[in-house]
Amino acid sequence: MSEVLVVVEATKEFGVKKVTLEMLTLARELGTPSAVVLGGAGAAEALSAKLGEYGAEKIYAAEGEEIDGYLVAPKATVLAELVRRVQPAAVLLASSQEGKEIAARLAVKLENGILTDVVALAADGTATQVAFAGSTIVKSKVTKGLPLVTVRPNSLNPAPAAATPAVEQLAVSVSDADKLAKVVERVAEQKGSRPELTEASVVVSGGRGVGNADNFKLVEELADLLGGAVGASRAAVDSGFYPHQFQVGQTGKTVSPQLYVALGISGAIQHRAGMQTSKTIVAVNKDAEAPIFELADFGVVGDLFKVVPQAAEEIRKRK
Amino acid sequence: MNIVVLVKQVPDSGADRNLRPDDNTVDRGSANNVINEMDEYAIEEALKIKEAHGGEVTILTMGPDRATESIRKALSMGPDKAVHVVDDALHGSCAVTTSKVLAAALGQLNADLVICGAESTDGRVQVMPHMIAERLGVAALTGARKLTVDGATLTVERQTEEGYEVVTASTPAVVSVWDTINEPRYPSFKGIMAAKKKPVQTLSLGDLGVAPAEVGFDGATSAVLEHTKRPPRSGGEKITDEGEGGVKLVEFLATEKFV
Repeated sequence: MSEVLVVVEATKEFGVKKVTLEMLTLARELGTPSAVVLGGAGAAEALSAKLGEYGAEKIYAAEGEEIDGYLVAPKATVLAELVRRVQPAAVLLASSQEGKEIAARLAVKLENGILTDVVALAADGTATQVAFAGSTIVKSKVTKGLPLVTVRPNSLNPAPAAATPAVEQLAVSVSDADKLAKVVERVAEQKGSRPELTEASVVVSGGRGVGNADNFKLVEELADLLGGAVGASRAAVDSGFYPHQFQVGQTGKTVSPQLYVALGISGAIQHRAGMQTSKTIVAVNKDAEAPIFELADFGVVGDLFKVVPQAAEEIRKRK
Repeated sequence: MNIVVLVKQVPDSGADRNLRPDDNTVDRGSANNVINEMDEYAIEEALKIKEAHGGEVTILTMGPDRATESIRKALSMGPDKAVHVVDDALHGSCAVTTSKVLAAALGQLNADLVICGAESTDGRVQVMPHMIAERLGVAALTGARKLTVDGATLTVERQTEEGYEVVTASTPAVVSVWDTINEPRYPSFKGIMAAKKKPVQTLSLGDLGVAPAEVGFDGATSAVLEHTKRPPRSGGEKITDEGEGGVKLVEFLATEKFV
């Protein structure tokens, strides 16, 4: 079977990201998964056990300052060389900013089609995408070149399948043309140990109804009790209640968790665009007419400052 | 500094949007077509740079005839002129071929700096800045929440999953911006009147030296095979809190095995 290249997303803090495991699971249905690690020195070594656990038969690694010290151009160059050499059945990347950017450059280098935000990929290359804020389902195909797709996190359940991958170090010779955008500083701003927003299976979000930044503690408390990530509506972010990187919606992150809890969020189209493909939606809002209730599998019309603390207490009791 | 801002006309994301049943492209006929929201932040950033450092701001749009409305709207914010790439053969173009056309147009405009929105609200594909940069052989600084111009050196701060990165490049470069970067100005009455007289140059594929077969459905590198509307979600149970709302919420979560 042909190789399927899976470009690994990982963080220093948490290692291999869940979307990578999802991609390896998907790749096993299309061919033989090979993981591609593009990162700093020693990156592959730290990730190889986990990648093997989910079926990577091989790991290609391109590491060092030449790769890591610049925005995506060097990564795309190395990946393009690898694709030309191994002629894979497909190339999968995460539908994150970086994944899409590497894929963008790869598509131009190879004059190859690209499909983003893919939620399923069949063996014949037919991809399923969700468009227009989850309102339209699209079937599409790359018609020039190989299937080059970016996979949306939480699209499938990652399943382990043990393999013992051999690591092949790729020669890294990056030209000056790929070193035009230099990363001079990386600043970590992690918010505790909560899961990453787009990958979390539970997301608890707060909106304008939360009232102020301090009250977001209530949202965080419920998120922690449910093992979830914290999100915020654009209204809450614009009002300065919570940082922008946690914004869910048309101009923020798109999430598709098992459970989405909307607290004090009216459910404007702007917000729905980022969360309406969630499996189960629960809402608390004092306005019985709020559009969020049109989506919610369970809705409580009431004061979130009474309902949420009571819910938190009830969860603690049951634990 | 010679700045070009990429502006895309998109169907209003605040209303119902559809693909056309005949060819699976975005249905612009039935939609309220507006400037892609993120592009307004790109225009604002360009105007701020011009105000601080001098130069000229040009709007570049690829799109059908009706995109003219969005171009005038963009000009009413203050840019100097616009270039509209319009050609019937472009209908059905994919991202890869669109980047080829935009790169060809930019090749004629001699921009020091190309600014665009980080994504469009219709496709949300986010690939255009890097595709264009790859074709032009210039730097791409994407997803900026802050942009500083110091002579020919550009510095951006960009949000990442873990925090933020500071990235630098020299002009010429492509910069894409998120809506956290500034607050776009509203067009003044004077701006709206002035926009009517500002030059809008139209360019065809012939003007750009791009063959029709390279673009549109013929040149596309991907194809939409079919599309279906997702059935709208229907609301489930809705209760009014009478002192037990929190407990009932958890009971629901328990039946769904989240607790």
